[in-house]
Amino acid sequence: MTVSIIRFGGSNCDRDAERALEHLEIDAEIVWHEDGLPADTSGIVLPGGFSYGDYLRAGAMAARSPIMAEVREAAAEGTPVLGVCNGAQIGCESGLTEGAFTTNESARFQCEHVYLRVERDDTPWTAAYDEGDVIEIPIAHGEGRYEIDDDRLDELEVEDRILFRYCDENGETGPDVNPNGSKHNVAGVLGERETVAVLMPHPERATLPDVGPTDGQGILRGFELAETEA
Amino acid sequence: MSLADSDRELVVEELDRDPTPAEAALFENLWSEHCAYRSSRPLLSAFDSEGEQVVVGPGDDAAVVALDDGTYITIGIESHNHPSYVDPFDGAATGVGGIVRDTLSMGAYPIALADSLYFGEFDADHSRYLLEGVVEGISHYGNCIGVPTVAGSVDFHPDYEGNPLVNVACVGLTNEERLVTAEAQEPGNKLVLVGNGTGRDGLGGASFASEDLAEDAETEDRPAVQVGDPYTEKLLIEANEQLVDEGLIESARDLGAAGLGGASSELVAKGGLGAEIELERVHQREPNMNALEILLAESQERMCYEVEPENVDRVAEIAERFDLGCSVIGEVTEGNYTCTFEGETVVDVDAYFLGEGAPMNDLPSEVPEQPETDLPEVDLEDVFDAVVSSPNTASKRWVYRQYDHEVGVRTSVGPGDDAAIIAVREAEQGLAISSGAAPNWTDVAPYEGARAVALENATNVAAKGATPLAAVDCLNGGNPEKPDVYGGFTGIVDGLAEMCESLSAPVVGGNVSLYNDSVAGPIPPTPTLALVGTKDGYDAPPLSVTADADDGATLLLVGDLGLEGEARLGGSEYLAQFDGSDRFPALPDDPAALIETLAAVADDDATRAVHDVSHGGLAVALAEMVSDDAGLEVSLPVSESADETVAAAALFHEQPGRALIQTDSPDAVREAFDGVAPVVELGSATDDGRLEVTVGNRTIATDAAAIRERRETIERELE
Repeated sequence: MTVSIIRFGGSNCDRDAERALEHLEIDAEIVWHEDGLPADTSGIVLPGGFSYGDYLRAGAMAARSPIMAEVREAAAEGTPVLGVCNGAQIGCESGLTEGAFTTNESARFQCEHVYLRVERDDTPWTAAYDEGDVIEIPIAHGEGRYEIDDDRLDELEVEDRILFRYCDENGETGPDVNPNGSKHNVAGVLGERETVAVLMPHPERATLPDVGPTDGQGILRGFELAETEA
Repeated sequence: MSLADSDRELVVEELDRDPTPAEAALFENLWSEHCAYRSSRPLLSAFDSEGEQVVVGPGDDAAVVALDDGTYITIGIESHNHPSYVDPFDGAATGVGGIVRDTLSMGAYPIALADSLYFGEFDADHSRYLLEGVVEGISHYGNCIGVPTVAGSVDFHPDYEGNPLVNVACVGLTNEERLVTAEAQEPGNKLVLVGNGTGRDGLGGASFASEDLAEDAETEDRPAVQVGDPYTEKLLIEANEQLVDEGLIESARDLGAAGLGGASSELVAKGGLGAEIELERVHQREPNMNALEILLAESQERMCYEVEPENVDRVAEIAERFDLGCSVIGEVTEGNYTCTFEGETVVDVDAYFLGEGAPMNDLPSEVPEQPETDLPEVDLEDVFDAVVSSPNTASKRWVYRQYDHEVGVRTSVGPGDDAAIIAVREAEQGLAISSGAAPNWTDVAPYEGARAVALENATNVAAKGATPLAAVDCLNGGNPEKPDVYGGFTGIVDGLAEMCESLSAPVVGGNVSLYNDSVAGPIPPTPTLALVGTKDGYDAPPLSVTADADDGATLLLVGDLGLEGEARLGGSEYLAQFDGSDRFPALPDDPAALIETLAAVADDDATRAVHDVSHGGLAVALAEMVSDDAGLEVSLPVSESADETVAAAALFHEQPGRALIQTDSPDAVREAFDGVAPVVELGSATDDGRLEVTVGNRTIATDAAAIRERRETIERELE
């Protein structure tokens, strides 16, 4: 059983995800999108990067590549799927999750560390935390502003589908601690099943203890947990 | 431009006939200053490029240096100055692309970028336009290809107004088995072009880079600037990685200045061989291109590989997998470098003559003199405010926040610190990277200023506990035909060479960019040095001090020669702001011992924080070390009767080779530096985020919040 990290042309966090999962002793391999999803796939990472150069719209072209039909099918059957950064954009573009991640309020690329508040602790991705926990995770994106129509966002709130929100180090949210102008400070959302999640921040960059904070480990451990439950 | 008459005569003599138009264009570009270093090569022998760690020295696409028995890094640096003036976004972006491909052609995977940027005064609209465009271009390209930009520098000086500088360095990772060079190996091997289709872009870029920028350059020279496609570059990086993994490459050269003609002829010339190339085989993206256009276009994202005939099909397969164009354009021979187009021979010359035959220039030079001392009278607090908030010393967060500096998960220390540290887990070593120059220093004193630039980069690396391993330089100058300009340029070459040799940091490669001259005059001679150092492990002491209510440890200043003798303010930000002149500071006698000792002390368990002291002097270094959680209360050993000028000199002189060290064992630090450098106790840290600096009978009092606001100059103005 192996986590498949889907590499599109232009993916650039695929190796990082592999290294981070390897550090957590979770089996993972990089899969070239044209080769299709391996039969023993136990989980799927849609990694960060600039698939197809972000031409047209971030994530739009990758979302329409044949392997994404397989990913959607696997997700519907309960295979855990995590979209990170460009992977989150692909996740929204392909309908795995709702809404869209679009151009930052600053209209510039932003690479920095932010704080996230964990909004639920009963999903595989957040079981390692308690609801309300504050974790430090890096962001690196030019198009990370979460956008969705207000009514639907209210429904998602009611359905408890918001997984992470940008906040300060004490867990307070608001416009001052919203790095990209996301609605409701949303940094990550769940799909229809709790085993499907996307987020703009990079948990794989907050996993290896030799280069920085390790608050992201819990998110990646979601693959371990989902596997045990399966 | 066309081939100069004197050069044409040499070519006619060698060929025993007139050159064809394609040959004339090739000679014009490959014998240009940009490619042939005609005015600088006579000076470059000053550099010591040897060392037991050096695997491949100057002359290849990038240098190769060993970290241990099998793990190698590559380092290269390139300028993209003129293109960045004409079209800042594309000019800077393609500069990144070029230096990354120089890394690929050594069989390496790029792991870090460093950008040193120089613009006219920050207050000028045009400078801001260029800064925004250049940073966006680097961000767009570097982020997309997934190579972290971890270090660099940004300087403003009025003499860059008509000619900004964009110097980009790249570090790659490879090993003994994977190493590839740009030296053609075997006649009969195929030459394979992989990457973007060739179009009519960047025609004559090399010769455009070798003349002064004309007043109308922004409109007239736009066709000489290439447009980059980072998505294709990323595919090329991954395809190259697979080609190297499978051992399919005999030699490689990226296509840069002078396009296919440059890369293919240099490749075979280095191997003492020739080539037969059929130009119509080149995959093109525009119809009806002629031989000369195919030969010289500087279309981006292309590599030229030497491949054994039986491996050609596999190379083509890999290229196709990554959606890259691929054409077998000819083969390596023992004869001349020849190109045919639709059956007609358009080039038939000796490759070595084409690459190496350009005559060198012997130019007159004038040694610049250092200015007289003429110091302004000002209020110390006003100076403090002005220097701390100057765009030169202020925070560069606005710039580096736009660069992805963490992709690759190797960045242990990122931008905004003295040096970056990249985790090279393959060798269990931390690789410290510092890149920069100091226009104010080399403007007032080219030779001493360049020595100081080298020492400053080494001090940055040592402050993080690393010792110098090797360096590459990007030597930028004005029009060398002006004797004073050439004299200044000679000064920076000799100064940089001297200090790098003293520090045992072999200069393993580099780039020269001359004719950075415009109607506004020449740039200050600018020796960008990208220096790498190594250390065990990836941790380093922070730049900021730490403190508890009852435990602020001790703050020491090491290496300050100005406090003991005469502090010279030449080249300082202070004099740049308040008009005045002075001689450049004296540098330490034994810089190597200083750097080695600093690196050892930085890694000591009793060391809490270390910060290099340089631009803006002690005042700026102290201001940068305080945070909301910890402040500093310090006193400089200056006599109470000293006047304002002496106090200002102590606070604002910019002698490099100094560091502030917060330590729990001040005696051990004093002992370590005994006989190496002076150590002065300044005070200790406090837990209240305030900065209090006493100099003679004056005290500057401020706090972290006020300092932060002053240091946000760039961000505030550009948001």
